[in-house]
Amino acid sequence: MPASGIEVLFEGRNLVRLLGGLWTSLWIALSAMAVSVVLGLPMGVLMTSRHRLVKLVLRIYLEAIRVLPQLVLLFVFYFDLTLVTGVNLSGELAALIVFALWGTAEMGDLVRGAISAIPRHQYQSAAALGLRPTQVQFHVVLPQSARRLLPLAVNLVTRMIKTTSLIVLIGVVEVLKVGQQIIDRNRFDFPDAALWVYATIFLLYFLVCFPISRLAQALERKLDL
Amino acid sequence: MTVPPVLRLEAVRQQYPNGLVALDRISFEVAKSEVVAVVGPSGCGKSTLLRCVNGLEPIQSGTIALDGAIITGPGTAWSKVRQQIGLVFQNYELFPHLTVLGNLLLGPLKVQRAAKAEAQVKALALLDRVGLADRARDYPRQLSGGQKQRVAIIRALMMEPQVLLLDEITASLDPEMVREVLDVVLELAGEGMTMLIVTHEMSFARAIADRIIFIDAGRIAEQTTPEQFFTAPQTERARQFLNLFAFAPPPGHHETAGAAAVQTEESSATTSDSNSLELHE
Ligand SMILES: Nc1ncnc2c1ncn2[C@@H]1O[C@H](COP(=O)(O)OP(=O)(O)OP(=O)(O)O)[C@@H](O)[C@H]1O
Ligand SMILES: [Mg+2]
Repeated sequence: MPASGIEVLFEGRNLVRLLGGLWTSLWIALSAMAVSVVLGLPMGVLMTSRHRLVKLVLRIYLEAIRVLPQLVLLFVFYFDLTLVTGVNLSGELAALIVFALWGTAEMGDLVRGAISAIPRHQYQSAAALGLRPTQVQFHVVLPQSARRLLPLAVNLVTRMIKTTSLIVLIGVVEVLKVGQQIIDRNRFDFPDAALWVYATIFLLYFLVCFPISRLAQALERKLDL
Repeated sequence: MTVPPVLRLEAVRQQYPNGLVALDRISFEVAKSEVVAVVGPSGCGKSTLLRCVNGLEPIQSGTIALDGAIITGPGTAWSKVRQQIGLVFQNYELFPHLTVLGNLLLGPLKVQRAAKAEAQVKALALLDRVGLADRARDYPRQLSGGQKQRVAIIRALMMEPQVLLLDEITASLDPEMVREVLDVVLELAGEGMTMLIVTHEMSFARAIADRIIFIDAGRIAEQTTPEQFFTAPQTERARQFLNLFAFAPPPGHHETAGAAAVQTEESSATTSDSNSLELHE
């Protein structure tokens, strides 16, 4: 009976190793997202402030991050930084930094959009009650923005998780890398293993991202003001 | 010594950043327990006037005094002043993320640092007064326009202001809801609440106001009693304005135009309400 290659998945600790790789991807994406939320919130608030210079600087940062492919950023932080400064970042750390920079920019823009969507009269009716500007932000503007923001932020998480597949190119052993290692090891015994390994990786990404994107949709419907 | 008026405006001039002068040489007073109605054509500066009194728009010259103290100088503690001046908007502007009770408590708890239990008792009593005792836990989106506006009024009352500014609070309402809101305002007037009311409801203005201020193109064109204003307006502009609220005044009958506007009041309040609404749209 010719080997289909599926047995590779159950050989030794292969499945566990794949899950471990997935965990590396998730860990980097989620940590970067946490940083992005913490930094993106003040960034978004500042982007709606009246300080022109601050707004300009943040705008430039956002646009710069947007026009550069993530892969270029990864290479810059992993290879170029070492060449220029001698600081040697691990692949994981470089990935975390790049994803946090990207996520902060995107998150900041989402926060800016959510805040700008609050009508001017909401500020005025809050001020008319005697609330000070910071109180208006905290009790009226930000809670309302948060509702608009939540589904968009959840979407950003899935985008990040998917984009982590790039970090294999700076040597991080994530799910894709583990898959390639398994395929290489079994190249002669099970030439068709690649099909099964990639199908499994596809399934793993789907199992993680699909519920998250459904959650985003549900939130969007539920919080529709 | 006489007591100072609750509000006194002197030669107020307001100009928007785009150069438009929305208010010019505005001077008037509102005494304690007085109800003053501000009327005038769309865009004449009525809303701007109320926003200036509440410090939401800076003024370029002149002074505004609350209870004898000038509030338009530099260093005005606006948070303090605004607690004394309630403002209700045309589109309610309730906070959609808070329940009715949450809307009522935000000011007292965060601004006045009132005790929660006490503020809650007060809120429920006010809700009861406007017939909404059972809606405390609802969100604004679950209320009708008239109910939202009643909540907005008592949200302003929660701060126990000295004066209440109302900006066309029935202009967004369906005709059948106008009455329930105006009744609340009439009741407040009966209790001696000092009010400055911008309205397009001429019959209401006539019924509630102690004085009418007619603004045209940013200036006070006429300031008089309701009786005088609606029966014998002194300026041509006021006559033209009042004609808008009367149906087909025959040409050459100017002197009866004001009276015609008032007659709708006798037939029914809502008839003239819907007239003014349609004309305003
Ligand atoms: N933020 C603003 N910037 C520039 N001009 C403004 C602004 N707000 C209002 N205006 C202008 O100022 C004038 C007065 O406006 P205001 O809203 O006070 O009129 P109003 O009497 O309340 O009109 P309405 O009866 O339609 O409510 C109008 O010409 C208006 O276009
Ligand atoms: Mg107006």
